[in-house]
Amino acid sequence: MSDNNNVIVVKKVSKVYQSARGPVHALDKFSMEVKEGDFVAIVGPSGCGKTTLLWGLTGLHPFTSGEAYILGKPVGEPRREVGIIFQQANLLPWRTVLENVLFPLEIMKENIKEYEDRVRELLASVELTGFENHYPRELSGGMQQRASIVRALSYDPKILLMDEPFGALDAYTRDEMDTLLLGIWKKTKKTIAFVTHRIEEAVYLANRVYVMTPRPGTNSAIFDIDLPRPRPEGITMEKRFFEIVAEIKRTIVKDVEKQKEAGIYQSQAYSTIA
Amino acid sequence: MSIESKKLDSYTKQLMEEIPEFEEEELPKQKGAFDISSTVEAVKIRGWKQVAGILGVAILIIGGWEMMIRIFQVPEFVFPAPSAIAVALVKSFKNILPHFLITLAELTSGYVIGATVGLVLAAVLTQIPYLEKIITPYILLLITTPTLALVPLLMLKLGFNIWPRIIAVSLASGPMVMINSVTGFRRTDLAKIALAKSYGATTFQIFKKIRFPLALPMIIVGLLVGGIFGLITAVGADMVGGKMGLGNRLAYYSSLARMANFFAVIILVSSIGISIWLIFSFIGKKWASWQE
Repeated sequence: MSDNNNVIVVKKVSKVYQSARGPVHALDKFSMEVKEGDFVAIVGPSGCGKTTLLWGLTGLHPFTSGEAYILGKPVGEPRREVGIIFQQANLLPWRTVLENVLFPLEIMKENIKEYEDRVRELLASVELTGFENHYPRELSGGMQQRASIVRALSYDPKILLMDEPFGALDAYTRDEMDTLLLGIWKKTKKTIAFVTHRIEEAVYLANRVYVMTPRPGTNSAIFDIDLPRPRPEGITMEKRFFEIVAEIKRTIVKDVEKQKEAGIYQSQAYSTIA
Repeated sequence: MSIESKKLDSYTKQLMEEIPEFEEEELPKQKGAFDISSTVEAVKIRGWKQVAGILGVAILIIGGWEMMIRIFQVPEFVFPAPSAIAVALVKSFKNILPHFLITLAELTSGYVIGATVGLVLAAVLTQIPYLEKIITPYILLLITTPTLALVPLLMLKLGFNIWPRIIAVSLASGPMVMINSVTGFRRTDLAKIALAKSYGATTFQIFKKIRFPLALPMIIVGLLVGGIFGLITAVGADMVGGKMGLGNRLAYYSSLARMANFFAVIILVSSIGISIWLIFSFIGKKWASWQE
């Protein structure tokens, strides 16, 4: 069925939304494989179905066609092995940071007492100690997103699906969060699939970058990033880094041009659908 | 093996056709009749200066009132002095107390029935959009028709006992609780529901942990407004018929031109109203303060 090595296997998945203004083809026969412990990024223009892909893999909505397996089992209902981190921190405003972080365990009816030490340790690792009893509105955007990462790690899923988690943050905070994420990845050895529209972020973080075409999103190219590990922040200023980024950008520009020639390009600058 | 949708619950269905979108992070603005923050914030007292100011105005009004009555020697049956009202309140308290308790009993039992039915209806109806559409016009009818108008009819059928009044109170407060709660329960935040779903939350867990807390600020507003409407109806219903209740005392004392006693009853009525407001603004501060 699938390679034992590959914890995520996606084979030609498509997704069509039945919107009020007719069907929207968000995702078209997209395929992907992610090895255990790997860090994969998926880039592409806005609206090319990246979020759709992650929601489908989480089991939040079914794909229209195609096959997808996580840890050898076809995706369906949301599973404990898979954690998703959303674009917005998506914390519950009526709960404190600690209560928010314990929320998944509460839903899973776990004995929260057993997890409290672990959760406090996680909070410390993202420098949120002392903010356990604060409400989300009292935190900055970066702190909120750090809390949401802890929330995803609290129940120890094997796979983390990240949907432009730092997209709402300012550029400096975003860079810091990227570095923090690499630290977490190194320590926890999770398998991460990271969606972003920022090519630099994808190249800095991932071992492998999947490029998606504009909507309907399908495979355009795959880049194996040969930058050394560990990656210091300075690596983003080096020539090799820029070369890879430029190459990916070229691919995307070409895809857009191809779609324009075919007359099927839907510019996000003029579209209301995300 | 392809990915087929098996048995899907309503949330999965909703998520299935909803294009994931997080553009608007803000919660939808409250569309209810009242907003708890505005009702609470309006009287948020900060510092001794404000307290002194409020007390000063009270002293000025009461003192001025007392003085005018004394200077112009207004007889008590025309308009009573504050001192006369205070004396009447103390002296006839024992006589008024049974009436006070009856009105309180009408109010609390009618309110508990009305609010419970209103809240449960709101929670259930918002889950079934079709039913909600059908029932809402009737609820609006109940809100726009003063239930006081029904009291004579109810008394004709049920007698001059406490029951017509309890029914009137619940008919006045229930729909108020309901429409506000409906507004609250309609605030579905898809991203938060998706979050809970991603941890495998059941429909009941989503209700308890996401939709109910999200609706709570509006529910509290509904409970507050419903309480005040219930009080108005209880006092009004007392006036229509029977021999007991604060409303009955108002009619009785004004017919005898015993204005000091009349105002003493008014003070008792408004003390119930103020208590309702205090209770729910306290609850609101405690449970709905996350919403700025």
